Amino acid sequence: MFSAAFYQTAPVMALCASLGAVPLIALSRRHPNLREFWTFAAAGLKFSMVLLLAGWVLAGNVVEVTLIQVLPELAIRFKVDAFGIVFALVSSFLWIVAAAYTIGYMRGLSEHAQTRFFICFALALCAAIGVAFSGNLLTLYLFYEMLSLSTYPLVAHHQDKEGRGGARKYLTFLLGGSVGLVLPAMIILFTLGGNLAFADNIHTGIIPAGTGDTLVTCLFFAFLFGFAKNGVMPMHAWLPGAMVAPTPVSALLHAVAVVKVGVFCTTRVMLYVFGINVMEALNLGIMAAYIVSFTIVTASIIAMTRDNLKSRLAYSTISQLSYIILGVALLTPAAVQGGIIHIVNHAFAKITLFFCAGAIYVATRRKKISEMGGLGRVMPFTFGAFALASLSMIGAPPVGGFITKWYLLKGALDAGQAAIILVLVASTMLNIVYFAPVTFQAFFGRVPDGETRDTGIREAPLIMVVPIMAAAVLSLLTGIFPGVMMQFVRMVIP
Amino acid sequence: MMDHAPALMIVVPVFASLVLTLIGPLGQRAAYGLLILSIAGSLAAALVTLVQVVQTGQAVYYRMGDWMPPMGIELVIDHLSAGVLVLICACALLTAIYSMHTARQDNPDRLNHYYALFALLVAGLLGMTATGDVFNLYVLLEISALSSYGLLARGKGKAYYATFRYLIMGTIGASFYLLGVGYIYIMTGSLNMADLSEILRRPELEESVSVRIGFTLIILGVWIKMALFPLHAWLPNAYSRAGTTTACLIAPLMTKVSVYVMLRIMFTVFCVDYIFQQIAWSRLVIYLASAAAVLGMITALSQRDLRKMLTYIIVAEIGYLTGGAWLANTAGYTGAVYHILADGLMTLCLFMAVGAVIYRTGQSTAAAMQGLFQRMPVTAGVLLVAAASVVGVPPTCGFFSKWYLLQGAVKAGEWVFAAALIIAGLVAAILFFRLLERAFFGRLADAVTEKKSKKPHGTARKIRIQEAPLTMLLPLVFTGAALFGLGIYTNEVVQYLIRWSVPAGI
Repeated sequence: MFSAAFYQTAPVMALCASLGAVPLIALSRRHPNLREFWTFAAAGLKFSMVLLLAGWVLAGNVVEVTLIQVLPELAIRFKVDAFGIVFALVSSFLWIVAAAYTIGYMRGLSEHAQTRFFICFALALCAAIGVAFSGNLLTLYLFYEMLSLSTYPLVAHHQDKEGRGGARKYLTFLLGGSVGLVLPAMIILFTLGGNLAFADNIHTGIIPAGTGDTLVTCLFFAFLFGFAKNGVMPMHAWLPGAMVAPTPVSALLHAVAVVKVGVFCTTRVMLYVFGINVMEALNLGIMAAYIVSFTIVTASIIAMTRDNLKSRLAYSTISQLSYIILGVALLTPAAVQGGIIHIVNHAFAKITLFFCAGAIYVATRRKKISEMGGLGRVMPFTFGAFALASLSMIGAPPVGGFITKWYLLKGALDAGQAAIILVLVASTMLNIVYFAPVTFQAFFGRVPDGETRDTGIREAPLIMVVPIMAAAVLSLLTGIFPGVMMQFVRMVIP
Repeated sequence: MMDHAPALMIVVPVFASLVLTLIGPLGQRAAYGLLILSIAGSLAAALVTLVQVVQTGQAVYYRMGDWMPPMGIELVIDHLSAGVLVLICACALLTAIYSMHTARQDNPDRLNHYYALFALLVAGLLGMTATGDVFNLYVLLEISALSSYGLLARGKGKAYYATFRYLIMGTIGASFYLLGVGYIYIMTGSLNMADLSEILRRPELEESVSVRIGFTLIILGVWIKMALFPLHAWLPNAYSRAGTTTACLIAPLMTKVSVYVMLRIMFTVFCVDYIFQQIAWSRLVIYLASAAAVLGMITALSQRDLRKMLTYIIVAEIGYLTGGAWLANTAGYTGAVYHILADGLMTLCLFMAVGAVIYRTGQSTAAAMQGLFQRMPVTAGVLLVAAASVVGVPPTCGFFSKWYLLQGAVKAGEWVFAAALIIAGLVAAILFFRLLERAFFGRLADAVTEKKSKKPHGTARKIRIQEAPLTMLLPLVFTGAALFGLGIYTNEVVQYLIRWSVPAGI
């Protein structure tokens, strides 16, 4: 449809769409409607760019662009391949959905500093797309840091003591991990081979032959724990703390953009820097699989004990993120596919869940699960969506999460890892235990004491309910038509 | 005219300082104008020379009064010095523009004399960088040092006392340097750098104890001047009590030019083999540098006064620079030279931002940062950029110097220095995070009462935006943008300047 030259500029335009929105949003701060229009315009432009690129990549092309030659040996470089497209599609599409929801939420609560909020939101999305399209580790690192910094004001949005504490923890873990572990690992890697560009396939990697086994292992774990956004224990502690942010932030950033960037970076490095061959030879995959298995089970157990809905969702996120890393770490084709497709499935389901939590808060100002008994009868749409997304988390058909579980179990069988199968089964059980009661209580539970039936609680405003339903329906669609995204995943690993 | 650019660059500010002492009656505005004009002239000359050096790929030699070296004094502007010269002129010009309000505030009575010292200091620094003669370097070192004593002593409170201490230390440093030059002169009979480097390669001199003592004395003198740990004690007191303009001028430049002198002595006068084979202190120096980086940053973290905090950051950065220079590989050297430029701009940016805060709030403790993002959003934004650069966040220039330095450390197998760089970066992150957190949060809303009243979060407390005057704000914003600019153009800086100056043999 377009010339090849157009596709060379498309990644840059996708990036600049959200970057260019920043001054426009800032300038129209006195006109909220115009300001929100810019957000939508940027989100729409960005998504259409990514969509066009997706078609181009599907036709078997790879777009490579050098933005700036910052160092004689290294450039800021984009490379759009199938793996990056999967993440870019999800994050740029969900920005549109989240933008609508955010407007409803922020206006519903008449939050302060909305302009700053939308600016940082746009910057964060710019960084997320930058990570998705990065062609080498340096570019990846640059956008990774940009995301950490631009989301800080979002996490600290309330500017109260709780917000300060959460945001402090947030930055400590993220910067500590990236400056303390990723940066040195990246420089050591560069010193070894003089190359940081991602490999063209997932087998060979870019580790020069003859590098000592111990060094490679150290580098691998520096990356695994250094990308602290991936929530692997013990680097997960920032995530529950960051839930003090307004719910749309938690939803888009902490269920989709930030954590997914962490997981994306981790898997990108595992597959395209280390490569399956090296990971197999040094048993790195299996070690990583057991480490994240611990995270999966432990986080689920903690989630059961949480009464605050957002906090429970946060621990569920920690657990679910590790599914993605687990899949990739198992190294069998089915498992890797399952891991990558979970980036999509988890994104749609988790954003629905967080949207629901936000809608409940706006409608009732309630945060605790124990206070939500009987709410489902007055907020049927919200809790209906919640139930659907819970099913996806649990991994029940026909919702997206089922596809993940299917591939992961198949992959674990192929790898012959009985213990991992046990972990997957156990975590499914735990998911049921901590998600089912929420919906059950809402629809069938008793109203808390001291409250009459009719408290005048109604559904949240339409601008919030529509995105919730959209996200829930998409979550369902990814389960019924998994092929749409799987075609990209199959390009990564047939 | 173009041929004389190297000399004009230094002569113009010298003459300007002479004229400035006389034009008191013409008023403060005239003095301000003349200062800016003269430094802008120097900048133009420096740029012309830089272009010439890059285009021809060769150093520019200028013989003062047409006396032939090694007898006459020679200015040598090669790839290394051309970059540093532009840095000095640019920093000085920005500070000069910035000084309109602050210098008047600090020197209500004799502004023209203050500006005369300002111009003289700039001339001294430029001369130190451009000269190709070790004795001439001493003379210019004293010129810049003496004018800096004068400038620093104009500060507040115990500035006299702190400056006196600096004067003693500075004089000891300069004397060491002079003594060392004496030893070298006795052994070689020459003072010209190019000439010296040839003579010093003779085997009998390489073995000579006298040359070794000469080198030791010179390096010690330079270390005192650049405040390398543990010889740094004079710096924080002297710099933190200075007036805002003085601090903006001296803090970024004096120590950086001293580091440049160290590089010159190490790699132009002496050679790589001599430094790393004969002298072979590099292990020890790198440990000192590591200690400087880590301890400097940690001490900075413990300061309450904003400017004192920044001065300890300088001490830490000197550790980065020294370590890079002594790593004995290309990456380390590139990192050190690049960091001279990067750190010059970073320090200038930090001091300017803090100066603007002090100008508006009248406070210099960390409490002055409270709610800065609401009160002075532009200043706070620039401070954020500078902080990101010190911590080493891409694409600011601080990241790229760290990139090269760390790469050098890894290549040389100096894991202590690599760890020190990382730790110092993390400590800097904590330090700036604490400041910027205050700036972001302002006065904390009481979470408890807010919940009770069920009011929406943080209902707008009207805070008036009160930025510093435009003459302060513009240079500040420009410097902040330059941090990005230098970072993005790292490739060009390395390709066209630093690569050419990498000494043979490392």
